[in-house]
Amino acid sequence: MELLVTYDVDTTTPEGERRLRQVAKTCEGIGHRVQKSVFEVVCTPPQRLHLEARLQGIIDPALDSVRIYHLDRGTFHNAKHLGAAVDAAHQEALII
Amino acid sequence: MADRVARAVHAVRALLTGGDLPPPVNDKRCHRCSLARTACLTAPGQPTCSHHALPETGLTELLRTLFATTPGTSLHLDGDALRIAHPDKPGRHLLPLIRLDHIVAWNGVSLTDDLIHRCAADGRSITWITRNGRFLARTSGPHTGNPHLRLAQVRTHDDPALRLTLAKTFVAGKLHNYRQLLLRAARDTTGTRQTRLRDTADNHTQALTQLAEATTLSETLGIEGNAARAYFQGLDQLAPGMATGRTRRPPTDLANCLLSFGYGMLRVSVHGALEQVGLDPYIGYLHGIRPGKPALALDLMEELRPLLVDRLVLTLLNRGQITDRHTQTLPGGAVQLTDEGRKTFLEHWSKARERPWPHATLGRDVPAALIPLTRARLLARHLRGTADTYQPWTIT
Repeated sequence: MELLVTYDVDTTTPEGERRLRQVAKTCEGIGHRVQKSVFEVVCTPPQRLHLEARLQGIIDPALDSVRIYHLDRGTFHNAKHLGAAVDAAHQEALII
Repeated sequence: MADRVARAVHAVRALLTGGDLPPPVNDKRCHRCSLARTACLTAPGQPTCSHHALPETGLTELLRTLFATTPGTSLHLDGDALRIAHPDKPGRHLLPLIRLDHIVAWNGVSLTDDLIHRCAADGRSITWITRNGRFLARTSGPHTGNPHLRLAQVRTHDDPALRLTLAKTFVAGKLHNYRQLLLRAARDTTGTRQTRLRDTADNHTQALTQLAEATTLSETLGIEGNAARAYFQGLDQLAPGMATGRTRRPPTDLANCLLSFGYGMLRVSVHGALEQVGLDPYIGYLHGIRPGKPALALDLMEELRPLLVDRLVLTLLNRGQITDRHTQTLPGGAVQLTDEGRKTFLEHWSKARERPWPHATLGRDVPAALIPLTRARLLARHLRGTADTYQPWTIT
């Protein structure tokens, strides 16, 4: 399944900055960062549940928000990028 | 009550001494889901769960292989992600580990201990190879605990009749697939080239007939060797402009260089598939056992070579996608791929691994990347006695 994960974490306090880092780290473990707080994720349904549970445990429900969009298959492939956007390597060969 | 307990105890004893794995009880998991990371072998007509109604690609996400070729690159573990660092490339480059099932590192690339340990724990294998694609080392976490299978593998090796049958099966698969490749090439051409290709294909047909009557292992090897020689002598017909004949250790021309590199890549994936299934890659049937020689991996490769490697290499050569400028000749006459050439080949190789191929035994299409694994599992079934025969993977 293809997911788009975006988040807003309140960073006015040191704890908020810590939560932001943890949310980012969790997302980096499952998807590709395409903008500062936007991740493209390709995963299986169990992995999605796992991700949701972990994010739930990190954020402060009163201050932060995470949105997870479930996209149609192939959406990432068809996405159009303008400007200094990165093209996340979901399907391409991974050769470095 | 006492009677029932006694019966149950008796049944458990029989199970423990029998040496056979019982079928799963009350296991409601769909085979497809529990094996989605690997390969589902559910044949058509078998009871399936609702997930099977989904389109073939609806649920499985093909995990990918990371090829780390650039010397000086180091790979690190960063949370649940893999961080790629190279002194010339600033910035943080991250890949989610969850989407990788294999890492191939050329020498000159370093991996941190943390990353290696994490991969071992997850069962994600890492292979180290030389700049020419020769196998160096491999980690794959703990061995699969399947002693019955391993014993069955050794017992089959010690039974001359069974061993010969399997060896003949591997060769038959190879000959059949090479024949298909030759006939297909012949269809797209005319004149003497077509005639010569058809002659070589006929040669393979005869070899298949001889193979059916072969009674010893050396006879089988002889038939295979003759057919292979005929095939490589006709290499200039398959890819015009190429030298004929097979050279290796080291390859001395472009076509051989690409074939060697491709076989190396295929070997990495077959070796991994065998280990994942719990078979010992070093105890084979066609290729004699010798220390350090992954005989079973070489056996299983035979039937996969023509379609998964040769055809890709021939396509690349005929389309001019890889030419002499992608190789360099060393003073001794050895030809090897340049960094650029290696990258080009791997790009095409990765794309080719996603291509679905028909799989007659399973009755559906399987991506090239998963074919070694499905073959290894079918072989394991045969060795354990669950399947009567092992049929090579062939296409018509």
